[in-house]
Amino acid sequence: MSPQPPTDAAAPSRESVPSASRSAPLTSRRGGLLLHPVFWLTLVFAGLMIAVPLHGNNVALREDLILVAVAVILASNLNLMIGYTGYVNFGHIVFYGLGGYIGLYLATVRHWNLILAALTAGVSVSLLALVFGVGILRLRGAYFALATIGVLVAVNSFVANFDPFGRSEGMYVSFDAYAPLGGPMRALWITYFLVVAVMALSMILSLAIKKSKFGLGLFAIREDENAAVVLGINARVFKAIIYSVSAFLPAVAGTLMFYKNGMIDPSIAFEYMLSLEGIVMLMLGGQGTVIGAALGGGLYERLRSYLLTSPRLSNFHLVIAGGMLLLVVLFAPGGLIGWLYRLIPRARKVIE
Amino acid sequence: MSTLLQVTGVSLRFGGLLAVSDVSFSIGHGEILGLIGPNGAGKTTLFNIVNGVYKVDKGTILFEGKDITNRPPNDVVHLGLSRTHQIVKPLNGMTVLENVTVGACFGRDYLSLQPARQAAMEVLERVGLADRAETSARSLTIAGKKRLEVARALAARPKLLLLDEVLAGLNPTEIEQMIQIIRGIRQSGISVFMIEHVMQAIMNLSDRIVVLSFGQKLAEGLPEEVSHDPQVIEAYLGDPDIADKLLEDA
Repeated sequence: MSPQPPTDAAAPSRESVPSASRSAPLTSRRGGLLLHPVFWLTLVFAGLMIAVPLHGNNVALREDLILVAVAVILASNLNLMIGYTGYVNFGHIVFYGLGGYIGLYLATVRHWNLILAALTAGVSVSLLALVFGVGILRLRGAYFALATIGVLVAVNSFVANFDPFGRSEGMYVSFDAYAPLGGPMRALWITYFLVVAVMALSMILSLAIKKSKFGLGLFAIREDENAAVVLGINARVFKAIIYSVSAFLPAVAGTLMFYKNGMIDPSIAFEYMLSLEGIVMLMLGGQGTVIGAALGGGLYERLRSYLLTSPRLSNFHLVIAGGMLLLVVLFAPGGLIGWLYRLIPRARKVIE
Repeated sequence: MSTLLQVTGVSLRFGGLLAVSDVSFSIGHGEILGLIGPNGAGKTTLFNIVNGVYKVDKGTILFEGKDITNRPPNDVVHLGLSRTHQIVKPLNGMTVLENVTVGACFGRDYLSLQPARQAAMEVLERVGLADRAETSARSLTIAGKKRLEVARALAARPKLLLLDEVLAGLNPTEIEQMIQIIRGIRQSGISVFMIEHVMQAIMNLSDRIVVLSFGQKLAEGLPEEVSHDPQVIEAYLGDPDIADKLLEDA
């Protein structure tokens, strides 16, 4: 009936490469990150996201694009776990929500500078992830995935009962909290720029890790953890580090977003569905690739917004998300980028 | 010949099964030690003990005089002890070159990416896989995957290389090529500890042979001694004249 799907998402379809190109990677990968096309693509993308809504002060477009940027941030950082290391994290949203809480608390209750609050939130959540990671990364496969759901539920319950964070009521940003940034109107633009910057950083971080020795180790773990260990990779340390790294920028983005939104409560901070949709984004675009994660995040977010706001299809978006995930997993396990690779094998060298 | 690896009285129990029982042996610098025995004798288990995949219940393992008993495999590699797998474990989603680069990156020298790629390329030349460097590891034939296992382990620049049935499943031409590779490895000063069922090959390659049966060391000695040992013939070889046949063919 249906064609047998390849089991590996990154399955290349064309294998043979003429021996003339044999030494190509040894030379072409020199020159570092700054010469990499994906680096420039990221800068152009971020530049456009800033310039287009700024032109004519298009606030509606800005509000659409900030959600795209957040989706790209979540998908890119989730990609470090799922796409690079092969560990499915169902509770990735916990970093975003907890980061939002810590940052908002520092910025509004303690009156810290917004950027400092966001960075502190990022560092705190990363350290917490490191502690959790050392514990739960002993688990593999489905057991790890279950444990990540446990982390999400546990943190959610803790926050919902934690007085300084307003328990289940959450926290509100008072109007004068925007004063240091020159009032609400300007503050919204500034947070938008910052979120776009975090998005660009997420993509550049993904690229830098992918091109590094550390990234090579992660990919080895993804392919076969036992073999990786026998080849000299300290898998436990690598996994704990990447779990922690994948927490940092989402936590920073959480602070910025909830500051922008003016409020936070447990149900919007730890939106379980968004955690699952992050996986759909990744599969759609192509896990394991920088551009794939970003593309999947952006496209899925646009589709989701369209469906949520369209009167007839509202609440239908999860049905579509599920259907899409099924189709991608069955027929294009490499996502959009995997499909592109199959179409144009040379794209592999350029699009990471 | 000074001792490189000294294994003393190691035992390992899996539930009710004593998989390896009080086994001792040593490997000298530049030596090829063969390990033979019937299926299920505990040969691969012994490999897994030596490189730290399994933790022993009893016994000690010294590598260059350093106690490496129960050290994890990734640590042992840094000291210069690497291995191949009987059931090949290629990193399928990566190219052949990337596979070997992993070995060089996280091996004894802990090379950074660029020198590791160079080293990997040199190793690929050595095992005859250089023209497949950019292909996916998945697409290699079984002979290619066996060579990839050897290349990856070699890229770590080991002092001792454990080869787990690298000749199994190869045709006679491929076996001959692999034997040349193993000879080359020894010539470059690397000691080899190898499990093999292809008797003719192991009898001719090994300086000494250890025979394992039901987790116990049955015999140890020069290939001709071992192959004439009545116990070994009964437990494993089966044919009293096999030794002469094997050594004649060489």
